[in-house]
Amino acid sequence: MKPVFEYTKGMRDQETHYCPGCTHGVAHRLVMEVLSEKEKLGETIGVCPVGCSILAHQYMDVDMIEAAHGRAPAVATGIKRVHPRKLVFTYQGDGDLASIGMGEIVHAAHRGENFCTFFINNAIYGMTGGQMAPTTLIGQKATTAIHGRDSKLTGNPIGMAELLATVEGAVFVERVALNTPAHIRKAKKAIQNAFLVQEKGLGFAFVELLSICPINWGLPPTEAVQWLENNMIPVFPLKSFRFPKEGLE
Amino acid sequence: MTEKKLMKGNEAFGLAAILGGARYYFGYPITPQNEVTEYMSRELPKAGGSFLQAESELAAINMAYGAAAAGGRVFISSSSPGIALMQEGLSGLASIEAPVVVLNVMRGGPGIGNIQPGQADYFQATRGGGNGDYHSVVYAPASIQEAMDMIVEAFEVADRIRNPVMVLADGMLGQMMEPVQLPDKERTFSLEENLKTKPWALTGHHNIRERNVIKSVYLQQDMLEQHVNHLWEKYKKAEKELVDWEEVNLDQAQVVFVSFGTTSRIVKEAMKNLKNIGIETGMIRPKTLWPFPYPAFERLWEGTEAVVSCELSKGQMIQDVALGMAGRIPVSLIHRTGGMLLTPEEITKETIRIIEGGGKHEAGF
Repeated sequence: MKPVFEYTKGMRDQETHYCPGCTHGVAHRLVMEVLSEKEKLGETIGVCPVGCSILAHQYMDVDMIEAAHGRAPAVATGIKRVHPRKLVFTYQGDGDLASIGMGEIVHAAHRGENFCTFFINNAIYGMTGGQMAPTTLIGQKATTAIHGRDSKLTGNPIGMAELLATVEGAVFVERVALNTPAHIRKAKKAIQNAFLVQEKGLGFAFVELLSICPINWGLPPTEAVQWLENNMIPVFPLKSFRFPKEGLE
Repeated sequence: MTEKKLMKGNEAFGLAAILGGARYYFGYPITPQNEVTEYMSRELPKAGGSFLQAESELAAINMAYGAAAAGGRVFISSSSPGIALMQEGLSGLASIEAPVVVLNVMRGGPGIGNIQPGQADYFQATRGGGNGDYHSVVYAPASIQEAMDMIVEAFEVADRIRNPVMVLADGMLGQMMEPVQLPDKERTFSLEENLKTKPWALTGHHNIRERNVIKSVYLQQDMLEQHVNHLWEKYKKAEKELVDWEEVNLDQAQVVFVSFGTTSRIVKEAMKNLKNIGIETGMIRPKTLWPFPYPAFERLWEGTEAVVSCELSKGQMIQDVALGMAGRIPVSLIHRTGGMLLTPEEITKETIRIIEGGGKHEAGF
């Protein structure tokens, strides 16, 4: 008899340290599912950020390294120079990528580095306990913005997909969300396409995944997925921003 | 006969790195070391290597971090303010035990300072420089030839002890020209052969081994202490195996100078002047600054009245000299800073004042 559901090959058989309801588990699984379906787990090198997913290497069954805060794209650049035929990806949160690591991500995209970046945008710093991120929404409360983010003081939430879509070397840019089964299916397709871009040597591929952080948002997971739908998607629209002209098939 | 060539320091450093097997270089423009970066951009691809101009020194050291973790033989270079930006990466490299050779062509500081030669990065280089408990091995070349030999050696040492190795040159050595003897033939270096010695490297597990994880986070304090203790066992061993210095005329010296790098050559001129007026002097020249040659100081005889640290800083190496002397002989300082150089005449004059003052004197300018 054919099993209807199996543990994802590529995810190690281990409990995660993530909070209940966190969508890191979903994002991890999608990346590993895509790699295992391609039978590329053994030929992939991943780069973890500083943030909640610093320990992603405990769960993903590929060679992995921890990068200093924000520097994952530079680390991936070095790895790809040594192993140009291996698949290389970075997995980064919004504090890591959009704040301290803004320089590294923009320049990796600008050079058209041939790796993939999976960007988890949950509009808040998770690991350090709920501080304001560059992606925090106007009015959203954070431990460093207790009355809610005020654009006069700290600007507006930054759209990384929009920003990177202006960079020539970023040949694939798409924003997806992890709050509904339909959105998750689209997210998987985007991850598949990002790896295809890399395999074809076309340039830099970027997938922004809108995610929930129930603990630091102060919401139960069921409400958090709704909050993402109602509040984040209007600010961070889900769409394909850049797609290779020559196609991927 | 091996080939002899007249070369500019910065270009010779680049050539030595390629001969030493460097195949990955990540650079960012900063004076007075730009010729290293320019040379590598021109010559490294010819050797089958990969050159990349990074967007910042911060990115450059993290690219080096990735390439070293992937098993590459990596060379990076910068000058003082750029090396300051790289400290995050050097601390990380020491923790993940990845080999990288770093060249610092030192200039005047603090801050942006200037582009003249200096030696004021001594503390930063020898004490770690970044956060946490670690050391880099630090070589201090006094000539372009010695720098080339040290750079070639540095790659072997870095691979062997799996740690960053720094070559601490200065703007004078980088900008001047000297004849150098090249090795007989270029070393043939293959990533495949080198990778066989690096089972820890990120290569993809190919479903034939457990995944390799390279990490520097140890959230449990007992695990981090254990990791740091492991690094320290390596450092204790390195202190014995790698320490290196040159001794000049220690058996008869009334005054012993301690000096490293290009400054030691100026001090050697002053030693001739002093001999001409009947003052016997000697020198301890550290070739490694970490590990520092403390054992050399046990060799001084009872006729030595003064030990003088000569350096282009407000007095940084003098702390190690004082540790080496442990109070047995007075320690003095002759120095310039801010990009100013010592002259043999200044050193001669100040040495006489030190002798007249009973061995204790701080020469200020």
